[in-house]
Amino acid sequence: MRNTLVIAGKELQGYFVQPVAYVVLTVFLLLGGWFFFALLRQFDEMIQLVQMMGNAQTLEQMNLNTRVIDPLLHDLSIVLVIVMPALTMRIFAEEKRAGTYELLLTAPVRTGEIVAGKFIAAATFTLIMIALAWIFPLILMIFGNPEVGVMFAGYLGIALLAITFVAVGLFTSSLTQNQIIAAISSFGLLILLFVISWPAEAGGGAVWSLLKYLSLPEHFSTMTRGVIDTSDIVFFLSVILVALFLTQRSVESARWR
Amino acid sequence: MIEVRNLTKAYGSFVAVNGISFKAEQGQILGFLGPNGAGKTTTMRIITGYMPATSGTVLINGLDIFTNSLEARRLIGYLPENPPLYSDMRVEGYLRFVAKLRGVKRSAVEPALDHVLQVCGLADMAHRICGQLSKGYRQRVGLAQALIHDPPVLVLDEPTIGLDPRQIHEIRELIRGLSGQRTIVLSTHILPEVSQICDKVVIINDGRIVLEEQLAQLPAGTSLEDVFLNAIAKEGHLPGASAEETLEEVGAGHASS
Repeated sequence: MRNTLVIAGKELQGYFVQPVAYVVLTVFLLLGGWFFFALLRQFDEMIQLVQMMGNAQTLEQMNLNTRVIDPLLHDLSIVLVIVMPALTMRIFAEEKRAGTYELLLTAPVRTGEIVAGKFIAAATFTLIMIALAWIFPLILMIFGNPEVGVMFAGYLGIALLAITFVAVGLFTSSLTQNQIIAAISSFGLLILLFVISWPAEAGGGAVWSLLKYLSLPEHFSTMTRGVIDTSDIVFFLSVILVALFLTQRSVESARWR
Repeated sequence: MIEVRNLTKAYGSFVAVNGISFKAEQGQILGFLGPNGAGKTTTMRIITGYMPATSGTVLINGLDIFTNSLEARRLIGYLPENPPLYSDMRVEGYLRFVAKLRGVKRSAVEPALDHVLQVCGLADMAHRICGQLSKGYRQRVGLAQALIHDPPVLVLDEPTIGLDPRQIHEIRELIRGLSGQRTIVLSTHILPEVSQICDKVVIINDGRIVLEEQLAQLPAGTSLEDVFLNAIAKEGHLPGASAEETLEEVGAGHASS
């Protein structure tokens, strides 16, 4: 446990002296701000339109949660698919290239502790990033009256999604000493997990429902709509655990190859 | 004590290390010599537990590096071929991290840090960023991280490479001063270095040991260079020759020339 914290502490400090982490953070928040602005404009126009038509019933159904926060979180999830591989690509690949891998693997530390430490650090940084994106709901809360519970569920969803991305990126980074290869393969895997249910949209059957179950947006969308379902949380946690297990095996394999 | 038993390492069909055995006693400095590509770095990586052997084993103070890996690794200080520095960390931060990673008690970290900074001549460099250090200082920081947990066994892969003559002299003095109760294995290309600081010499060529001898027992008047050149030249023709036989021929050759 102590070793895990030592590694996590050192890694987390590392994020704050690295340009890559700041670039990821900036891109995420700037694009988020742009989407937020665009969605608010659309929402505003829509309200004016509905008011002009004098349709009171439709007007009452318009709300900030479904018209702004839900689509915003979906937009942010796409941004995460693009920026998270950049954040995680160096985690193991850079150690291998710089030769510090030799230091880590010859230290009296278990492989699992190395993987856990690095995961905790990257997940913490990611959570800080997601927490900063609470600026958008806060603005809505100041000027409007959105439902806080629904927003909380949505943000829990995007946090779980982002941490899942971290675990997948950690795994691909452990496979190579080339950061580009790590980033591209993690990017590919994440996209695949996003579109894996596409051929299943129409059909039924066991295979199709499995593909549907594996699809990330499937579980994420329930949460952005405000429903916290245990099965979705279990799904994200399972993907994270599987990715971490594979990472541990991949790092450990250096010891028996 | 380091005991290498019948160590073999094969990469596919290429055999890098072929059934070598040797022993470094406590308090001894063992010079590990051989031409480039002879298998020195591979052997040292196996001794430190970075990679596994194809067959054979290594005992560190009686602990097997494979079956008792964590306990054995705790006893080793290792300076790899390239000093394993994190280029974005400061020297003191880096050394603190390595100290904690190698299990130095929290309260003992600062004294250990001060000690190695002093011993390795890094006192003025403590606040510098590792990535901005010159080759000589990188090497010293590498040595400092190997020493920080005061290990009973030291494995140094070419510790004086890339240093200027004055620094080489200092590092040699430092290593000589370290011996005492420790077991030290160091590899080098500089033959006079071995005659100056080592007690024992092991020469390998093409993954086999061609000479293992106490330095004091080399025939008087024989230069180590002759011993080395003859040992690696003879190897191909006299695969069965024992170290003694090889030495006798070397001695005879030297006398007649």
